[in-house]
Amino acid sequence: MPHLNAAQRHLVHFTLNGRMVRAEVENRMLLSDLLRHEIGLTGTHVGCEHGVCGACTVQIDGKPARACLTLAQQIRGSNIRTVEALVTDPAVLSPLQAAFRHHHGLQCGFCTPGILMSLDALLRERPDAGRKEIREHLSGHLCRCTGYATIIEAALDAAEEQRKEETPNA
Amino acid sequence: MTRLETAGALIGRTVERVEDAGLLTGRGRYIDDLPVRRDTAHLAILRSPHGHAEIRAIDTTAARALPGVFTVLTGEDVARLTRSMTVGVKANVECWPIARDRVRYVGEPVALVVAENRYVAEDALDLIEVDYAKLAAVVDPEKALAADAQVLHPSLGTNLINERIFRYGDPEAALATAAHRISIRIAYPRNSCTPIETYGVIAEYDPGEDAYDVTANFQGPFSIHAVISRALNVPGNRMRLRTPPDSGGSFGIKQGVFPYVILAAVAARVAGRPVKWIEDRLEHLTASVSATNRVTALEAAVAADGRITALFWDQLEDCGAHLRAPEPATLYRMHGNMTGAYAIENVAIRNRVVLTNKTPTGLNRGFGGPQVYFALERLVHKIAVELGLDRLDVIRRNLVPADAFPYRTATGGLLDSGDYRVALDRALGEGGLEAMRLRRDEARAEGRLYGIGYAAVVEPSVSNMSYITTVLTPEERAKAGPKNGAQAVATIAIDPLGSVTVKVASVPQGQGHRTVLAQVVAERLGLSLEAVRVNAELDTARDAWSIASGNYASRFAAAVAGAAALAADRIRDRLAAIAAAQLNVTADSVDFGAGKLFDRNNPDNAVSFGRVAAASHWAPGTLPDGTGQTIRETVFWTPEQLEAPTATDGINSSLCHGFIFDFCGVEIDRTTGQVRIDRYVTMHDCGRILHPGMVDGQVRGGFAQAVGAALYEEYAYGGDGSFLTGTLADYLIPTVMETPEPLILHHETLSPFTPLGAKGVGEGNCMSTPVCIANAVADALGVEDIQLPLSPSRVSEWLYGEERPPSKPRDPTPAATGASGERMLTGSGSAEVTATRDSVWAMLLDPNTLKAIIPGAHEVRKVSDTHFRAEVTLGIGPVKGRYRADIRLSDMVEPEAVTLSGGTEGALGSGRGTGRVTLTETTTGTRIDYRYEAAIGGKVASVGGRLLDGAARVVIGQFFQALARHAGSASDAIGLKKRLSTLFRRRR
Repeated sequence: MPHLNAAQRHLVHFTLNGRMVRAEVENRMLLSDLLRHEIGLTGTHVGCEHGVCGACTVQIDGKPARACLTLAQQIRGSNIRTVEALVTDPAVLSPLQAAFRHHHGLQCGFCTPGILMSLDALLRERPDAGRKEIREHLSGHLCRCTGYATIIEAALDAAEEQRKEETPNA
Repeated sequence: MTRLETAGALIGRTVERVEDAGLLTGRGRYIDDLPVRRDTAHLAILRSPHGHAEIRAIDTTAARALPGVFTVLTGEDVARLTRSMTVGVKANVECWPIARDRVRYVGEPVALVVAENRYVAEDALDLIEVDYAKLAAVVDPEKALAADAQVLHPSLGTNLINERIFRYGDPEAALATAAHRISIRIAYPRNSCTPIETYGVIAEYDPGEDAYDVTANFQGPFSIHAVISRALNVPGNRMRLRTPPDSGGSFGIKQGVFPYVILAAVAARVAGRPVKWIEDRLEHLTASVSATNRVTALEAAVAADGRITALFWDQLEDCGAHLRAPEPATLYRMHGNMTGAYAIENVAIRNRVVLTNKTPTGLNRGFGGPQVYFALERLVHKIAVELGLDRLDVIRRNLVPADAFPYRTATGGLLDSGDYRVALDRALGEGGLEAMRLRRDEARAEGRLYGIGYAAVVEPSVSNMSYITTVLTPEERAKAGPKNGAQAVATIAIDPLGSVTVKVASVPQGQGHRTVLAQVVAERLGLSLEAVRVNAELDTARDAWSIASGNYASRFAAAVAGAAALAADRIRDRLAAIAAAQLNVTADSVDFGAGKLFDRNNPDNAVSFGRVAAASHWAPGTLPDGTGQTIRETVFWTPEQLEAPTATDGINSSLCHGFIFDFCGVEIDRTTGQVRIDRYVTMHDCGRILHPGMVDGQVRGGFAQAVGAALYEEYAYGGDGSFLTGTLADYLIPTVMETPEPLILHHETLSPFTPLGAKGVGEGNCMSTPVCIANAVADALGVEDIQLPLSPSRVSEWLYGEERPPSKPRDPTPAATGASGERMLTGSGSAEVTATRDSVWAMLLDPNTLKAIIPGAHEVRKVSDTHFRAEVTLGIGPVKGRYRADIRLSDMVEPEAVTLSGGTEGALGSGRGTGRVTLTETTTGTRIDYRYEAAIGGKVASVGGRLLDGAARVVIGQFFQALARHAGSASDAIGLKKRLSTLFRRRR
């Protein structure tokens, strides 16, 4: 990482949901603030700004990460995915999102984008993840509405659905 | 009232929520997502680091001079443009949203900065200098009542702001003739259901019309709108309050955003531009709002068979530093059901409200229920244990019998419906109590700690807006004029294409109101769910609303959905009359279904809903005589059972009363003291269930929060009023790993008082679950004095007794706890340097040298020859913070000795101390000896003594190490090493 002058804004460029983005930001600008307030993608939510609640989770090069603990300057050249990238057709929910709706895996929806980004990464990397693994994976997220049970059911259902799609004749 | 018939096509089905597609794809619109005017500025708030202090001076010069800052306001600036907020009791006390001459809790606003963005606004906060004179902090509600206690509000002259005594039946006679008197004393802790989205406000002011326009993620009750308007000194029609389409949870907490509505509105007025404020998590945990902590002494008169004949309540409610509206409502919300699920005819109550140096309290899920039921259900447990009776028998013997409904309680409540015994017995059978008992017996046979707990509670919902006036005496109430009822409102509109829109003032915070209202209205009009669109945003300038509007007291299903059903039925009757003319039949034979209106006796004789519905727009002249329009119908509904308090203080505080019976099995790890919930069963009677999935969602969500309250969560304060749980790493919210899945059961008895037969359901487990778990822990340990939260450290105390001091004390002068919760540190040391005594002396008095040698110093300013100010950043263990240090020199014997005394303060804590430094000439230079005594308070003091002692030694050591480096010739590496080794030679 180059040495940055604190008094100046610096250019940062990265891939966001498949498109190249260039932004000129202060060194101290958080990734969460860049996404939400400079670029205008407000699907990534900010709940605690100290890395505990998990609401701001995005994917950096495929790995779930806290946008509130990441400086915008740290993501130069990275590939960022946010909740807005989970659907290709805006009118059709992804299997994971559809499972959340079916199982009532959300109420206020504020923590949901972060949880979806974590689960999306897990299910891509570990399609066979079971209940225990999903629970452990979600232990870095706080949800105050649902009591978690329906989130787990939704995740298990989505994993199952994904496995079926990948092996259509099974 | 006559219950509305429901066809059952949609109500009672778990349909997918209409809210979810947007929320799942990142298209929710929460307050921080809303577009704002281009000239909108950002507000940041400087907050008190002290629990109790006088403000001697505030210097905002440097903050105002920072580029990008538009304005800075202090409490006096705010006070000039506003009035004190209304206080709900008769007391000579003011209530401001920002401190004026005194701060009374950590986190209390002290100054406001409006700047071009949040980063700059927060930079400016660091530049504001506040001169505080600390006062003794009052933290314990009982000590707050002591004759010599520091008084928070001098105008009040005492910390006891309200006291009322109530008597129902003849409790003394019951006690005199009772076979047993059994009592319990509990101290219920502070906690909060803290939502994941924090507060947010966007405010602007129009000087031309002297009118404010504010959007806030406020949740109601909208009685608070009157408080805001009065504080801003404008009529209600010049205080437009709007809510965003989505809100990230509230659980009562977002009622407490209203003081910030006032602050942001005034800031916008002064700044001359719109102002936006998004609270951060530290602010939220420290200073948003919390449930009350309460000390309760409860005594029962008990017959030999366990029948309770009288209850004596003595409740001491701690509302924090100010009594903010609607407090002391937490204390009175349960007043009509202080006898819980039991038929107890004699009740005495003493209610006292005390002010302490803690954050002001407000709405929180369960609102008053957790505090009341913790005492009552712990007492019922204790009665059974003391009398050697089966706990379930004692519960059964006291339950309100099924044939008694509607049942008038001793304190004036009217329990609407229920069959408590059947619900209880079903729960035991379907929930598997027998199997749980076997597991308990097996565990105990193996020497493990297993206990079973029970709790029976009545869950009140749909608050009577007048219950809070029970805090006034009957004479005061008569003078103030009668208050009663609770208006629910719903509007149904039909547009020119015949599609239906529902508008309510229910301000959902994630509960799915829009889905349920679509179900209710679509079913009544024979439409598909998708044909009905619901808008639940509230705008006080445009929409129908009243003081009871909002999302609280579990009023949605019972009151708001009911009002929507009533509005739908009015429209339906008119549509039937219009269709009857077109179908050539009578109106009472018109039925609705599949988007059509048809002759019930000849379904082929039909006309489309849209055609009938649009007639009022396109051809009003064709409507049958006497039939009103079908364009828009607004129904206000207030239940007649919500009467004003009687002359003898009887109050039906809520319209509906659900019933909950819970039982659980817990196992306690003997080694760690950890409580594990083996199984949890919760039985609910919430009347008619409108959407089973959402009802269970409410139960699970409330249960998870209650598990947190029972096992982990507490807003903890130090003895000096410092706040110790300001991050989510300190205030522990259960994750998925700590949250078991409860077995949820239902037993429906419909409420005769609500349009759809529904009752509230969202708060019950916050009332029943903490005490159910506590009873199980009491059963497992055989301990009676159970305090929440049941953290491993607390449980370990019961398992092992007090922690013994270590056999080999590490330090001959062990750290002691200061009188006001501070931690005392002492130490001494010496260092040898090559510089002369005169030059070392000069260095100690030079700000530039001090800046170079004080660890973490950003700036050292010389105020006078004997007074320095420093800004330092220090990290102790995991706690890193920025502090402002004030250093004064005294007892100066130039160039031999000087005493440095001073204090530091920062968001994470404060410290004060004195150090004597003596300089002695040696053959090679100068020896510096130092001896210090320090007291540390606030969050840093909670880090732990050993860590703190060590850290203080390191920091002080670093100071003299730097001084030595500064004073000695560092060219000789061997010399340096030698110097360093002598430098750290500590005297013991």
